[in-house]
Amino acid sequence: MALEMAAECHPQRIAITSGDFKLSYEGLLGAARTAAAAVRESGCRFLGVLDVNSPAVPIALFAAAYAGVPYVPINYRLTKPELEELIGRIAPAVLISSESLVKPLAIPAGVQVITREAFLHLALASEVGTTPATGDPQDIAIQVFTSGTTGRPKAAVLRHEHLMSYILGTVEFGAAAEEDAILIAVPPYHIAGISAVLSSSYAGRRMVQLTNFDAATWLKLAREENITNAFLVPTMLSRIVDHLVQTGETADVPTLRAIAYGGGKMSLSVIERAIQLLPGVDFTNAYGLTETSSTICLLDPEDHRAGVASDDPAVRRRLGSVGKPVPSVEIQVRGEAGQLLGAGESGDIFVRGGQVAGEYLELGSMLDADGWFPTRDRGHVDEFGYLYLEGRADDVIVRGGENISPGEIEDVLLGHPAVSDVAVVAVADEQWGETVGAVVVLRDHSPATIAELQDWVRERLRSSRVPTKIRFAEQLPYNEMGKVLRRVLKQKFGSPAARLVGRPKGAD
Amino acid sequence: MKMLKAGTRLKSAVCDTEVMVIRAAAGEVLLACGGAEMIAMDVPKAPGAHPDPDKTQGTLLGKRYADAGGVVELLCTKGGKGGLSIGGEMLSVKQAKPLPSSD
Repeated sequence: MALEMAAECHPQRIAITSGDFKLSYEGLLGAARTAAAAVRESGCRFLGVLDVNSPAVPIALFAAAYAGVPYVPINYRLTKPELEELIGRIAPAVLISSESLVKPLAIPAGVQVITREAFLHLALASEVGTTPATGDPQDIAIQVFTSGTTGRPKAAVLRHEHLMSYILGTVEFGAAAEEDAILIAVPPYHIAGISAVLSSSYAGRRMVQLTNFDAATWLKLAREENITNAFLVPTMLSRIVDHLVQTGETADVPTLRAIAYGGGKMSLSVIERAIQLLPGVDFTNAYGLTETSSTICLLDPEDHRAGVASDDPAVRRRLGSVGKPVPSVEIQVRGEAGQLLGAGESGDIFVRGGQVAGEYLELGSMLDADGWFPTRDRGHVDEFGYLYLEGRADDVIVRGGENISPGEIEDVLLGHPAVSDVAVVAVADEQWGETVGAVVVLRDHSPATIAELQDWVRERLRSSRVPTKIRFAEQLPYNEMGKVLRRVLKQKFGSPAARLVGRPKGAD
Repeated sequence: MKMLKAGTRLKSAVCDTEVMVIRAAAGEVLLACGGAEMIAMDVPKAPGAHPDPDKTQGTLLGKRYADAGGVVELLCTKGGKGGLSIGGEMLSVKQAKPLPSSD
């Protein structure tokens, strides 16, 4: 529907640029319709995509909506058994993929594989008329498998009503100018990649796809395609900053007006340097979850400028926040007993709004009776209404019954001049159940002792926050979206911290 | 009078306007465009029909229209000459609050 409107408003405008390939909005609509007819004919229940970014991705996303089947993007970086299991869970399905990705896999029964090239060939052939699906807002639009760090991946469900609520609430139809272009570098299985396609289409903005991110290619493409907008995960922005610093190159993308980032914790030093290196660019920090149809909180460009320019520590500190809720979303921070917490108090973050799906295929809705969804993120809201994240609830360290968020200790350690990166995790402890452990990456040639770092924390936080164990590492393990793999770090400290709380004695 | 349902698409009986219902009232309402009740997408328009000259405020593609109470909300999916009304009360354009390029 959003696409039909865009195609009607400016049919000739380019929707997708991918290498030398170009497709207009009218062409994208035609391709989606033709593909939808084929999807329908196949009798499949899901349209899956296991592939890197290509024009097949937006075509498939809209074709699935048109045919009335859920669109399921799958992370191509998963292992063979993981992929086979996930693909099996969507049968009967049509799966768009590439030869190299499906070759090693035993494709489960009921799954029809079509290569990206064959899918594009089919979709771009002469248009086949088909009637759009009835478009019930409660139909499932998209199913995204969560990363499953704590168990079997869950299938997060987003219905049309959630996506529509997000798009209508945050994008003005046709607002993009003729020359606007967004560089899409996030992979298609990430919610930010999906929302970029939906928002851009509704705004009528040209989408330029980058398949494999590296800083030099990103900068080159941004210059060549006169990019005006971009979305990056923190690791990507950090690599662009490093590249500019190392080569001494200037960014030299005069058309670039806005960069939004999100999907992981941004380090203060990276964003401060990015603002210096890209002076004409508006930065926005977007915080959201798959389960909330992406963005729920924003730190806007003005806050970024104020944060960098200000001498007031309270204002500077905001650069490390995720800003304020978008107008259509409400946020609450709750304590352990479910009570509402005040400014500055850390607890569990809850969210409510039309775009909040909060549903998994296997578990059903996670919303409470009043529509609140537990994000499982920890954080606090300051007296000015800015939200600060402190990590996942699963990462909370329980020391003798006291809950400690890794985030606040990490922030303090990052303030030490010798520390370039740090992650704080729970360490098993006989006396306390768990205590604080820290893995620290030091800056080149800046020595710091364990005792010195412990003192640094002791001077700034309560004594229970002082890491009992500190290990040094060359670098921290990150996944490709820039999230620290805490599981891996916990193993550095020996056996994972077993929580004995609530487990009856003498069981087993 | 019709019961509206979110997601339903309707067209004007007297101009090119098409809408999708974003938010609906609990009861039945008289949704009109150009002074004539809006019809289902598959119902043919009467030939030669044209909007009431007093109700030609027009609709614009991509704009959202809401009643004063904010109960009913429609998205215009195709623009036309007629103006939208519910129970005789004209609907007005509702502004989106664009995010600063977070997409």
